[in-house]
Amino acid sequence: MDETDFRLLEAIQNGLPICSRPYETIARQLSLNEAEVIERLQYLKMTGLIKRLGVIVNHRKLGFTANAMIVWDVPKNRVDEAGHRISRMSFVSLCYQRPRQLPEWPYNLYCMIHGKNKQRVLQQLDELIEHCDLSQYPCEILFSKRCFKQRGAVYKLLSKQVAGIDG
Amino acid sequence: MDKLDKAIINYLQEDFPVCEHPYRQVAEQLGISEQVLLQRLDALLSSGVLSRFGPLFHAEKMGGALTLAALKVPEHRFDEVAGIVNSFAEVAHNYQRQHELNMWFVLATETIEQMEYSLREIERKTGLPVYNMPKIQEYFVGLRLEVG
Repeated sequence: MDETDFRLLEAIQNGLPICSRPYETIARQLSLNEAEVIERLQYLKMTGLIKRLGVIVNHRKLGFTANAMIVWDVPKNRVDEAGHRISRMSFVSLCYQRPRQLPEWPYNLYCMIHGKNKQRVLQQLDELIEHCDLSQYPCEILFSKRCFKQRGAVYKLLSKQVAGIDG
Repeated sequence: MDKLDKAIINYLQEDFPVCEHPYRQVAEQLGISEQVLLQRLDALLSSGVLSRFGPLFHAEKMGGALTLAALKVPEHRFDEVAGIVNSFAEVAHNYQRQHELNMWFVLATETIEQMEYSLREIERKTGLPVYNMPKIQEYFVGLRLEVG
């Protein structure tokens, strides 16, 4: 990554232009040419620095008001297998392995389900447990009650603000 | 929101092409004109159904640090502690959840050292221990939110 890449990331962090040739618009802003912008973006995507380009939906506005974090305590030698299985379920939006915090917090496998309502999410959880063979593992479901803050993480990059990081 | 809006949202949650006429390419896939796609996207962004249309960066590859942390906040101190936690610019999301560990937030910083410092500062200012749970492994989720 060089200085031009940083300028490019900064230019697109808050959104791509909605016009026929968005990369040309960005190129003009940065005094580059369109081909160079396209080539650099393709490279940044290939290296995984940009995980993806696309839309970020507002779950609540779409009626997905039930937001549940579901956690399991899975033995170390089974956790990857369980994680891969969970991540293949269509209604799961994120799936991570994280460290336990013993003794208070024995859970090491996390997933998120955004659903239309609590009842639907509980049904999906039943389906998930059965389909992924998770019934033997201790599990808890944590529904969100309130969201205090939600935005793309503001992240200082070489003293530049780059928003929109997804864990 | 109609069927077309939903199709656009579902399509663009996956990925957006990097080429000279990316909207035209997406529009063709959806069987609509580029003009219609641009209008719909504009409308979905202004109504707030879409919060953003752009890149998702990989924090760790950028050299940064990212974590999920939780606090056990006594009920009577909840709003006060939420105010303290939210005052940190590096806190991206903060949710109240139904559990003894009732406050869950995501922190993003430029360096690992800064992460450790921010977590210590949150402990100092709230007087509560922070449960820090950085990711060990992410399991790839292909499809995002299916809007139907």
